[in-house]
Amino acid sequence: MKVMTDPVKHPVPQPPPASPLALAGRAVPAQRQAGVQVTGAQSLIKSLEALDVEVVFGIPGGTILPAYDPMMDSTQVRHILVRHEQGGGHAATGYAQATGKVGVCMATSGPGATNLVTPIADAYMDSVPLVAITGQVTRNLIGTDGFQEADIVGITMPITKHSYLVTDPEDIPRVLAEAFHLASTGRPGPVLVDIPKDVLQAETVFSWPPRKELPGYKPTLHPHGKQVRQAAELLAAADRPVLYVGGGVLKAGATGELHELAEKSGAPVVTTLMARGAFPDSHPQHLGMPGMHGTVSAVYALQRSDLIVALGARFDDRVTGKLDSFAPDAKVVHVDIDPAEIGKNRHADVPIVGDAKAAIGQLVDYLAEGAAGLGPDEPRLAQWWAQLDDLRRRYPLGYDKPADGALAPQYVIQRIGEIAGPDALYATGVGQHQMWAAQFISYENPGTFLNSGGAGTMGYAVPAAMGAKFGRPDKVVWAIDGDGCFQMTNQELATCAIEGIPVKIAVINNGNLGMVRQWQTLFYDKRYSNTNLGTHGVGRIPDFVKLAEALGCVGLRCETYEDVDDVINKAMEINDRPVVIDFIVGADAQVWPMVAAGTGNDEIMFARDVRPIFDEDEC
Amino acid sequence: MTTHTLSVLVENKPGVLARVAALFSRRGFNIDSLAVGETEQPGVSRITIVVNVDERPLEQVTKQLNKLVNVLKIVELEQSASVQRELLLVKVRTDASTRSQVVEAADLFRARIVDVAPDSVIVEATGTADKLGALLRLLEPYGIKEMVQSGLVAVGRGSKAITTPALRSAA
Repeated sequence: MKVMTDPVKHPVPQPPPASPLALAGRAVPAQRQAGVQVTGAQSLIKSLEALDVEVVFGIPGGTILPAYDPMMDSTQVRHILVRHEQGGGHAATGYAQATGKVGVCMATSGPGATNLVTPIADAYMDSVPLVAITGQVTRNLIGTDGFQEADIVGITMPITKHSYLVTDPEDIPRVLAEAFHLASTGRPGPVLVDIPKDVLQAETVFSWPPRKELPGYKPTLHPHGKQVRQAAELLAAADRPVLYVGGGVLKAGATGELHELAEKSGAPVVTTLMARGAFPDSHPQHLGMPGMHGTVSAVYALQRSDLIVALGARFDDRVTGKLDSFAPDAKVVHVDIDPAEIGKNRHADVPIVGDAKAAIGQLVDYLAEGAAGLGPDEPRLAQWWAQLDDLRRRYPLGYDKPADGALAPQYVIQRIGEIAGPDALYATGVGQHQMWAAQFISYENPGTFLNSGGAGTMGYAVPAAMGAKFGRPDKVVWAIDGDGCFQMTNQELATCAIEGIPVKIAVINNGNLGMVRQWQTLFYDKRYSNTNLGTHGVGRIPDFVKLAEALGCVGLRCETYEDVDDVINKAMEINDRPVVIDFIVGADAQVWPMVAAGTGNDEIMFARDVRPIFDEDEC
Repeated sequence: MTTHTLSVLVENKPGVLARVAALFSRRGFNIDSLAVGETEQPGVSRITIVVNVDERPLEQVTKQLNKLVNVLKIVELEQSASVQRELLLVKVRTDASTRSQVVEAADLFRARIVDVAPDSVIVEATGTADKLGALLRLLEPYGIKEMVQSGLVAVGRGSKAITTPALRSAA
């Protein structure tokens, strides 16, 4: 093997034709192949090829080893050797989020497979199409506590859409075809395929396409016309409507339809954390993000609405606050492809089960039929818009620069967004920097904001950015990360450097687990238990610039306002290697507005000790 | 809370029972009784689950169950519109003087004696939970050495079969 002598290769991934999310994920008719004699491992790789897979993020090990031999010969499937299986899983997720295609990750049995548990749980919470392929001990060893045996099917049962333990090599093409179909249709989600080593080694026959056997799987795609008409009638008559847009709109590729619906109805739009980019931030009808750290106007719009039209959103507790006091006067139209979401947290007056693209399209058509009493200038909505505009004016998103002169993290993030622009992709970790990235970067395009919304997985940013950059090599990809998150998964920068995936990482380094520290400031009497990471000050452990360089990246540091633009511009010019910028920012910056956990949306705080009085606006 | 009987048609594949049972526990529901068996259709099994929940959580758990890929169909069987039965095997202490009384009690409940030993008999009975409870109360004074009970099975009254539509789609 030559690998030892030539460790740093930069095979630049071939750019695929730029495909907007809406068009991605379309099935490419695979070539028909009649029975060929192969091994199970060859059958697996041939199946991946037939399924149009271009990349697998993984690490080999004992039981998955047979699959890696034919992988070497595949000219279509590129394998990215990650440094930790968790990185492989998040990379596949980032790839899927950025391209709309199914992300694939691979690991060996036992600890390899259990290291995938976090990214699988993450993909499950955020409905990401992911196929995880794991090796398993040979069939005769299953159940004997064999070396590197773990019941990964059992372990992941509650966090997968479906899972398979393949016991017959003949089943491999069918199982793979089913796994991809399940992962990418209906409400997308992760599917696990566990294959014992001897099944990979066995002789079998490969033919394509296989016959899928899924009699119990029939996602409802077409919404009920009567229900949609009823929703349109409510929307045309509501005085205080709001379109509550969730990640489902992005997954359905329904952003065009959403745009039409917004303009035709004249209703304000709020986009959840999972839906940032589904509706342009620059659009005058966009109030921003609702929820715990949402804008005052977006929170108010939901809270005082008389009609919430929920589109691919799930009334998560981070959006509703205390459920009992959420939007007390609102009727609810709930569009979701998953019937179990409807009525789960909030009763739906008009439930619409179906694909968001179809449902929103029909809503637009029905609204057009009615014609009268619609549009943003409709007098019926004048009072509502006056209230919302007033709130937007009085309570815009903003921040104070730290009194001690330290760099404001919000400023750094805002400048990255302004310099890299709305065509770049942004991936974040979880915590304060994630919220600021959701608040202070303007998103204009679908699929440009990737984050771990439901699971809140720290460490998501670096590997997800890697996967996204692989999938969209034509795009600038920034990871906005925290110093806590970054230390969980930065090993994948070595992968990026070696495999030629030039991502840009902004470490918003406040020396602390910032969001936890914020809660300690607010709710634990400033007793900072175990939140100081020591990445500031004399110690600077680790020194992120040196760390970046050790991982084959360019390492830069920025500590002053004057340097912010320069360092970002410098990073924008480097395209042959990953870049890490260590932004040393103040430790006491906080995320505002805030609806504290367990309180109602009416108790939103605009800033510390500043509470907008909604009731004033009522009269 | 009220008792509901769900008939769940599933593909007969490894792990299906685990998926169904795990889903109940994950969503915070207790299963009162559970019975699994084959149906007239090869490859299709029927799980009968009795749960004690309110209407709304029941709807939620049913929808979640429906999302399991191996679940073909779920029907709630109302008590009045279905035949519901459990099976009871009970080992009762008897001697020459009490044996005939135990046999008589079993007869009254249309139960059968399926095993006889010098100091015990095994009574086999089927019926609703109420009927089996009544039989047990009658047998208790003689001394119950051991008992075992099946989960409830149920089938809707009338000529309609719940399996038919699922089978059509499976074929």
